[in-house]
Amino acid sequence: MHVPSSWYLILSALLFTLGVVGFLIKRNLITVFMSIELMLNAVNLSFVTFGHMWRATGQAAIDHHIAERGQIFVFFVMMVAAAEAAVGLAIIIAIFRARGTLNVDQIDLMKL
Amino acid sequence: MHLVLFLIFAGFCLAGAVNLLLQTHPINSALSLIVVMSSLAVLYLLLGAEFLAIAQIIVYAGAVMVLFTFVVMLLNVGEEEKTNGSKIAKTIGFPAAVVILGVIADIILVAQRSLGRVSLDEPITTTKDLSAVLFRDLLLPFELTSVLILIAILGAVALARKEGHS
Repeated sequence: MHVPSSWYLILSALLFTLGVVGFLIKRNLITVFMSIELMLNAVNLSFVTFGHMWRATGQAAIDHHIAERGQIFVFFVMMVAAAEAAVGLAIIIAIFRARGTLNVDQIDLMKL
Repeated sequence: MHLVLFLIFAGFCLAGAVNLLLQTHPINSALSLIVVMSSLAVLYLLLGAEFLAIAQIIVYAGAVMVLFTFVVMLLNVGEEEKTNGSKIAKTIGFPAAVVILGVIADIILVAQRSLGRVSLDEPITTTKDLSAVLFRDLLLPFELTSVLILIAILGAVALARKEGHS
């Protein structure tokens, strides 16, 4: 029993689009930030799938470590995402202290 | 077996992501995001990435989401206020999102034949294979991420600290 790689990629595309829609419709800063995390996770899934695909299609004979490359990418994305979450949430706390709200419609000082 | 596992956990993923959008309270959205991330860990396992599956649980479903729930509770965020939102998001944003999905799905479906398939009896990428690449070829980028994390910690502390105490 097997599953085509494309199904994983379609799932990744669906999750990414849901993240984009969440970014647009959510009005709370924290939930908007969660949608960004969802998009990062969707991209990670396609990285892992492509890494698996390279190994499965016989490219491993050309480059010995080619299957690991995709997973290494995901590893670094996870590290950067963890750093980004820490800094982003600190910024959210600072905004809440300064403005007393997390509604994105009221945090519009930089709007023309 | 693989097909059944894929369908179950892909279903969990999509249900969690849709629930994230539908919930109005941020803590419910955070919990559905944890469901999405845990199901993704199982999908990584199905793709033969054992280290990433565990790292996904520990780093994402663990550390990052604990940080999220901690901030939600710290700031005592209530229900999301319903506002009309921006008109640009409605008129351009949603068609653009649909177009993104359509284009990606079209490209994937056209290339479907050459992408290969996934089954359970393939060899997995062990942590040993991964560390051989990470600590030999990519040692410098790996060490740089630790510097990045350190800077992020310092930045987070500096940003979240109360003004006027030092």
